[in-house]
Amino acid sequence: MTQNGAYAIQLKNVDVFYGPKLAVSDVSLNIQTRRITAFIGPSGCGKSTVLRSINRMNDLIPGARVQGDVTFQGQNLYAPEVDPVEVRRRIGMVFQKPNPFPKSIYDNVAYGPRLLGVRSKAVLDEIVEKSLKGAYLWDEVRSDLKKSGLALSGGQQQRLCIARTIAVEPEVILMDEPCSALDPIATQAVEDLMKILVKQYTIVIVTHNMQQAQRVSDFTAFFSIRKQEETPGKENRWGVLGEFAETTELFSSPNSEETERYIRGEFG
Amino acid sequence: MSASVSQANLLPTGAEFQKGLARRNFRGSVWGRFYSLSLLVAILALIALVLNIVNSAFGYAITAYEVEPTALVAGGDVGGLDAEQLVVILQDYQERRLPVYIRDNLSVVDPSIFTQVPLSESLAGRTFPAELAAMTVTELTRDQQAAVLAASLSVDTLRSLVEVEVIGEQVIHPYALSESLFERSRIDAELLEALEDEPNARLEFRSWLNFEFLTAAGSSDPAAAGVRTALLGTLWVIFITVLFAFPVGVGAAIYLEEYAVPNRLNKLIETNIRNLAGVPSIIYGLLGLAVLVRSLEFITQGRTILSAGLTLGLLILPVIIINSQEAIRAVPSSIREASFGVGATKWQTIWNQVLPAAMPGILTGTILAMSRAVGETAPLIVIGASTFIVTDPTSPFAKFTALPIQIYQWTARPQSEFRAIAAAAIIVLLVLLLLFNATAIILRQRYRKSLQG
Ligand SMILES: Nc1ncnc2c1ncn2[C@@H]1O[C@H](COP(=O)(O)OP(=O)(O)OP(=O)(O)O)[C@@H](O)[C@H]1O
Ligand SMILES: [Mg+2]
Repeated sequence: MTQNGAYAIQLKNVDVFYGPKLAVSDVSLNIQTRRITAFIGPSGCGKSTVLRSINRMNDLIPGARVQGDVTFQGQNLYAPEVDPVEVRRRIGMVFQKPNPFPKSIYDNVAYGPRLLGVRSKAVLDEIVEKSLKGAYLWDEVRSDLKKSGLALSGGQQQRLCIARTIAVEPEVILMDEPCSALDPIATQAVEDLMKILVKQYTIVIVTHNMQQAQRVSDFTAFFSIRKQEETPGKENRWGVLGEFAETTELFSSPNSEETERYIRGEFG
Repeated sequence: MSASVSQANLLPTGAEFQKGLARRNFRGSVWGRFYSLSLLVAILALIALVLNIVNSAFGYAITAYEVEPTALVAGGDVGGLDAEQLVVILQDYQERRLPVYIRDNLSVVDPSIFTQVPLSESLAGRTFPAELAAMTVTELTRDQQAAVLAASLSVDTLRSLVEVEVIGEQVIHPYALSESLFERSRIDAELLEALEDEPNARLEFRSWLNFEFLTAAGSSDPAAAGVRTALLGTLWVIFITVLFAFPVGVGAAIYLEEYAVPNRLNKLIETNIRNLAGVPSIIYGLLGLAVLVRSLEFITQGRTILSAGLTLGLLILPVIIINSQEAIRAVPSSIREASFGVGATKWQTIWNQVLPAAMPGILTGTILAMSRAVGETAPLIVIGASTFIVTDPTSPFAKFTALPIQIYQWTARPQSEFRAIAAAAIIVLLVLLLLFNATAIILRQRYRKSLQG
């Protein structure tokens, strides 16, 4: 078990390709255990791409390829002996658009444990309750666990997805713009939840919302886009890590002018 | 400010805009009318089809009885008689044919030796008066023959014997529904004509589609023929078809969508499956004949239900694969990602999420394909469905006939009564198809509801 403050995930010289196309280049960054790390940057700079390379979600995209080292607790995640199924169990993911299964609330949360072979009703009941409480959804749905997950409001659905993720007890939770489909109140609820979850979990969140990054995160990684004219009229663009620092530091005294212009909202 | 001014110059305004709008609306309404016209043509065609069938299936018919039912029993209804009474009627009117009835309905030995062996052998296993066991059928008195029939045959069998052999209803001339409604005077004139040859002739309104038609076996006598054998044949064949084509088709679709890497070979396979869906059904018939009926005879035992079911299964396999692929492809990737995201394996994701979400589409596609198979005639003719058969199929290895074959065969006959029962059989087939489609809709709704909770 790594200590609080130690690195949970280390990326070293990571390049990601989609087919022949370079999407992000040479990303090196360390993500601390039980802290919230935010990825910010203009659209298309590769935040989601980097995030998805952390739990090998990119494996699902035909042609996607990761070079360099992604290390999780000292283990290279892309080593041949590593099974991506185990990686995704230990590094869970919450997506931009709430995506509950078309099943009951109970079945949504129990899905992961059932995949692992848990059959006992009592154990499942306990996991479901614990996870829903963990996602601060329990009080709202406890009377109606049989209701379809799709019948919940957007904010509730997103918290259901978080409950579903923590039901398999991951060590890291990756969130790709988890609040972008939510209204301010639901966003508030999810942000509050993150602050509680971070006591137990390492969290990485992609966000377009500067205030959100400042409100919730301990560290911020700013990604930016590099362009190169290959032949006239045909431009190559790829993402790079622009700056990585403690959130307060990055927002108060950014290193580069580009970062500063971005966080002031001048482009993006 | 300046931007909006310059735009005002580029885009039409005022009268010009109004003119343009009128033109756009006009164009829309022309297309709208054209489409509603196409729909009208389709609906008219459908109505014409239904009318045509109904027209032949119902209407007056001039019929005649060999023996008036009222002469047999007061009121003319033989349905209320018991076995004893029915046998008495048979004995009264068809005394000399009693041994034939015994042979056709009860004998367990070859017809050529039937009259030479004692009853204990020819009727082994049947119930009949024990004291007759040592005698041959020709040694029995008429009363004893009647007793054998009464002891062994069911009331239903005896009744149909009386109906066919004694009452012997004959259809002299059937009329279509339209003729019955609008040309009554001509029909009456023809009835008078018929009465000259056949003093028993009568005019009755007849629905060729009735309960007896559904439950009677095939027969060369149109008044007695029914569709039971063909209907059972069709159901058996379709059962085998679906049993084979559904799992194989869905499995192939899963492989192509989820496992196959998009390389050249797999693309070639996919393209060819699409082409196979367009191959004329008779080609599948030839394939079935060569492979299933001939080469695999040791398994299929020749021209059996199994051969037919598998042939139709091959025929609809591409359609099922294509439909299932579409359904699987339509499952939103967010569901897959969610499943993988909590640590599901590929198969767990397919089994728990993709297949249930795709199932409404898969079922609809399968049942529509099934409907197509039910109506197929050409491949069944090629692999040699029996054209005349009166025994119900009881296993996949039975010889069989099927509804479309039966219809085809009846319509090909010269006598107009057969056309009337063909129309009735077409109605049966259509109702069967409607049932399938209704099932498809219900299943789809049910699934959709269970998905949305
Ligand atoms: N499945 C894919 N196949 C091919 N290219 C992709 C794929 N997903 C992303 N890309 C490309 O990779 C680059 C980075 O995309 P990514 O989605 O990671 O950006 P992002 O920073 O998350 O953007 P946004 O803020 O809009 O979500 C983009 O140029 C995009 O076109
Ligand atoms: Mg993104």
